[in-house]
Order: sequence, then structure tokens, then C-alpha cells
Amino acid sequence: MEAWSRFVDTFFNWTIIERYFPAIMKGVVVTIEIAGAVVVTGTLLGLVLAIVRTFRMLPVNALIVIFVDAFRALPPLVLVLLVYFGLPNIGINLPSFAVLWLVLSLVLTAFAEEIFWAGILSIPKGQWEAARSTGLGFLATLAYVVLPQAIRLTVPPLTNRTIAITKNTALGTVIGVGEILNQATTAQSFSGNATPLMMGAIAYVILFIPVVVLGRLLETRFAWRRV
Amino acid sequence: MEAIIQQFFNLAIMERALPLILSGLRETILICILVIPLGLAGGLACAIMSLSHLRVARWAAVAGIDFFRAIPPLVLLIFIYAGLPFAGLRPSPMTAVAVAFFLNTSSYYGEIYRAGIESVGQGQWDAARSTGLKGYQTLAYVVLPQAVRNVLPDLVSNTVEVVKLTSIASVVALPELLYSADMARSVTFNSSPIVLAAAIYLVMLWPVVRLISRLERRIAA
Amino acid sequence: MTTGAPPILEIRGLRKKFYDVEVLRGIDLFVLPQELVFVIGPSGSGKSTLLRCCNRLEEPSAGSVRVGGIDITGRSTDINAMRRQIGMVFQSFNLYPHMTALRNVTLALAKVLRRPRAEAERLGLAALDRVGLAGKARSYPGELSGGQQQRVAIARALALEPKVMLFDEPTSALDPELVGSVLNVMRELKRGGMTMLVVSHELRFARDAADRVIFMDHGVIVEEGPPQQIFSTPSQVRTRAFIAELGR
Repeated sequence: MEAWSRFVDTFFNWTIIERYFPAIMKGVVVTIEIAGAVVVTGTLLGLVLAIVRTFRMLPVNALIVIFVDAFRALPPLVLVLLVYFGLPNIGINLPSFAVLWLVLSLVLTAFAEEIFWAGILSIPKGQWEAARSTGLGFLATLAYVVLPQAIRLTVPPLTNRTIAITKNTALGTVIGVGEILNQATTAQSFSGNATPLMMGAIAYVILFIPVVVLGRLLETRFAWRRV
Repeated sequence: MEAIIQQFFNLAIMERALPLILSGLRETILICILVIPLGLAGGLACAIMSLSHLRVARWAAVAGIDFFRAIPPLVLLIFIYAGLPFAGLRPSPMTAVAVAFFLNTSSYYGEIYRAGIESVGQGQWDAARSTGLKGYQTLAYVVLPQAVRNVLPDLVSNTVEVVKLTSIASVVALPELLYSADMARSVTFNSSPIVLAAAIYLVMLWPVVRLISRLERRIAA
Repeated sequence: MTTGAPPILEIRGLRKKFYDVEVLRGIDLFVLPQELVFVIGPSGSGKSTLLRCCNRLEEPSAGSVRVGGIDITGRSTDINAMRRQIGMVFQSFNLYPHMTALRNVTLALAKVLRRPRAEAERLGLAALDRVGLAGKARSYPGELSGGQQQRVAIARALALEPKVMLFDEPTSALDPELVGSVLNVMRELKRGGMTMLVVSHELRFARDAADRVIFMDHGVIVEEGPPQQIFSTPSQVRTRAFIAELGR
């Protein structure tokens, strides 16, 4: 009994929960805001790049591939530190939440572009041919025939990847963004108690488990064709 | 332009930082060697448990996988490293990293294995069982080999993610690649060491990333 | 068949090379208005490539193709505008799976000819009616049989009122019992005066409905003439061998 009450006191201390609940909630709001912004800019830009790639302009495509490969190979934290510490030294001063948003958006853009591109490529050539044979131009074919089918295919991998990247908002704590983890660790040092950390962990779980479950459902509904 | 080169591509500073960065790289590789096999094994165990006859085991496996996929790895790491001491446990940075990564990567690998096993048609099970093979034998000799082949790109892709994930160990002061680079940065007030570290990550992972793209496209087609 | 009127389709000196392989080695072919020209030949003879060059799905390496007097292979030709006048029906139908049959048919009417929605639907339903599928307007391709899908594909090409229709092995992907429904539609089109260029193995259909049969082999036209001549008394050895090979 002694051990149990000590456990509760360390991780579920009610006074501390009450005192720091508002701070954690503030972190939740910041997390949601940044995650939301990242999802919007990342997927849109990724789609735009994939569409640009369909025009088959070799130099442009080369640049896109280099960008996409680099941002898929580099750890996000490396990029965050690079941008956060490097830019001010060349005169560009961005607030930390902007740095976080910028880096995570570019990372999501890179992954989203690859996913959309794979989707577009998987549409049979016959669909292009049929549409072009009726006189539909290139863009019209893309817009009405190819993309609607391609996007349907991209939902499961895109959802998975988006979840992974938005969880990286936790990295913001390293550069002082006031998201959940930051609020939790600050509260933990002030209070000398681990409860805020537990609150932070639970906040993340409550935020993301529904998304993970949704992702799993979408995955089974739109499964990639496998051998 | 000049300022950009000075700040990010300062070769003199990169050269000075190189020994520190290389020792960081060594540490990163050690972490990977420890964590990746653990994750692969843990994930396999999770996936097998999710197939169990016992509803409790199945439920626990799926809940565990979803739970550890929902928590950001950094949060898990900090919880273990900074939170457990309050309960009397004082893990070293390496131990904290190992445990956090084990929990996180097992759930991701577990999900991939699970999808792979599911993608092997029921007919395979039926055929194997009807020749007298037991459940675990069917799994080992018939289903798993096919499952792994089906999800190989995802397994490789996730392994790349794990290598990238080692960079968060820098937050708990484990002297891996990013930590060493950041240390060099704070001493020189110059970001070139981090660029060097980035270059090393690129050299390690770019070829694999290219390979994954190609594999993904072939499966989607 | 109107004689004396200029050909709808004029192919002169058509050549096509894929890498080092010359698939079409100098084709000259005219199709007169309301003619049904049937192209037969062994696989690899270039029949499909010939058809696909006619609407520039393949770019000719040399030679010219004129439709309704206009050179479609010219550099300045608006190929999208030209393609409205050339209907194409594919072996694998290529219907848009995410759209209803009606939408499949009206997409080009709406986006290319910019017809208002009500008019496009009216024209689309009329086209579907001509192929006997007005009742399936709201069905998706996945809900239709192969024969029905191909007929919708024909309606899709028909709705744009093309000058000539190209058929690339329209029944080769169909189960035997469904072939008849598609051939009947093609017969109807012929009766209605459509100019048609058909690549196919359906020899009985050719005997009944074709005005002219062309035998191709290794990228050249070996022999052409009325069906009776080609099937019963071919003058070339290769033609005779091919016909015999196909049997009945």
C-alpha cells in the first residue's frame, strides 16, 4: 500500500494536476495548431510538386527529386537545429514555432510528394489514353481522370506518414516552442514532481490514439494492392 | 552568399569538429546495432501475439501497438529518463534510449509484420494445416517468409526511420552524432558541424531512401 | 457508301520506329466516308500501331495522316481539337472507374466542347441509347459486364460525333458470349453511316459488315480488297497462309 500511494503521488498527484492543467492545455492548443498547419501546407505542397513532376521537365524534376530525397533522409531534429541556430547568423530571424512549422512542413512535403507520385504512376496508361483520345487536354485529364483515382490510393500511406510527422511537434521543446512536452518538462522542474510528465504523455495519447485508430481503419479500407 | 558559406559550409571548422563528430557517429551506429534487432524481434513478438487464440492477448497486443504509436518517441524517452527517477529508478541515458526505442520501434515493426501476415491469403494457412503442419510451424515455414517478402519495403523504410530517430537521443545528452555536432556548434557559434553531421546522415541514408522509392513504386504499379 | 467524295482518313507513307525496330514500313491507306475497313494480320504486324498513329497516341516517325482533309501530324495542329473528330475504342475499354457510365460519356462533352450540363447529359443519354444502355446511365463500370463496359466506351467516343471511329481489337478482351452484343452495336453504327477502321480477329463480322479488308504483315500492307476476295481467293501466299491458319 505504501508503494502504491507513493506511485500515485509521484505520477498522479492531484494538486499538481490541478495546478498545471491549464499549462498543459495551452500546450495541447499549440501542438494542435502547429500540427494542423503542418498537415495543410505539407500535403498541399507535396501534391503541387507531384503535379509539377508530371510535366516531365527534366531539370525541374531533378531538383524535386534531390529535395525530396534529402528531406526524407535527414532526421527532423537535425533540420530543426540547423534552421534555428543557423538562420539568425545570416540575418533571418524566425520565431521558434515558425522554425518548427517550416521544417516539419518541408519534411511532410517530401514524403507526401513521393506518395502522390507513386499514386499517379500507378494509374494505368489506358486511362490517360482514353481521356486524351476524347480530346481532353493534359491538365483536364490530370484533374478529372488521373488525380481523383490516384488520391484515393494515397490515403493510407499518407495518413500514416502524417501521423508520424505531426508527432514530431514534440521536437519543438528543444527550441522552446510551447507545445505539450515543453509545458510538461517545465512544470516538472518547477514542481519537482513527475506528474506533469504523466499529464503530458496522457495528453499525447488522447490526442493521437483516435488518429492512429482512424489511420488503421483507412488502411484496411483502401489497402495497397499487394502480391 | 558569403555569409551563408561562412555560417554553414565553413570547412576549417568542419575539420576541427571532425574527430568529435566521428566519435558521435560511432555511438549512433552502436545505438542502431542495439536497437534495430531488438525492435525487429519485439515487433515480431507483438505481431504473433496479435494472432493469438486468447482474446486478452490479441487485445493487449493491438492496444500496446496503438498506444506506443500514439506517443511521440521523444516524450517516451523523456518520461523514462526524467520521470522514472522520481519513482526511484535512475536509468542511464543509454538505458533510457534503449527502452524507449524498444517500445516505440516494436510497435511500428509490429504493425508492419501484422499487415504482412494479414496480406498472406487464408489459402496458405488452409493448405499448410491440411498437410498436418501445426500453427506455429505454418507461421514459421509458410506464412512468415511470404509476409516478410510482402512488406519488405515497409520494414526497410521503418529501419531508416529508426536510424533517423537516434538523433533524439541527443536530448538526453547521449553523445551520438547530433549531440556531438551540436556541442561543436555551441562551442564555435557556427552551424557547419551540424551541416557535416547532416552530410553524414545523407551519405548513410540517401541510397536506402532511393531504393525504397523504387520498391514502393514497383509494388504500387 | 458515297463514291467520289474525298477520303475521311488518308494515310501516306506512314512509318514508325520503336528504338531500332521498324514496326510500320510505309503504309498507304485511304478510308472513304461511311466505309468500314477491317485490318487483319498476325500479332506484331503493326496493326495496333497503325491505328494509334491515326490519333497520334503514337507519333509517326515519317509520313502523314490526314483526317477530314487536315494534316494531324503537322507541327502546328491542335491535336486535342483533332482528337474530338477521331473516336477510339480500346481493347481494355479504359472506362473511368470513379465515374458513372453517363459521366464517362459526358466528361469530354462538358470539359472539351464545353456544353452546358443539361445539354451534355441529353447528348450523353442519346449516345448511351444508341448502344442500348440508356438504362445503365447511373451505373459504375465495376457494376457492368465486359460487353456493357465496351458499349459504354463506344458511346463515350460516339458522343463527340467523330468523323471516323478507330477500333483496336474491341472484342479481344471479352468472354465469347459477350462479343455479339458489341459487334451488333458496331453493325448499327455502320448502318448509321459511320466511317470505321477496325483491327480485329472477328472474321465472320468482317465477312458480313466490312467494305474492305486489309491484310498486314511485318509492317506493310500485303493485300487489300473486298471481303470475299481476301477470304476466299486471296492472291498473296502470305494472306492465304494467315487465313488458313485462322481456320474458319
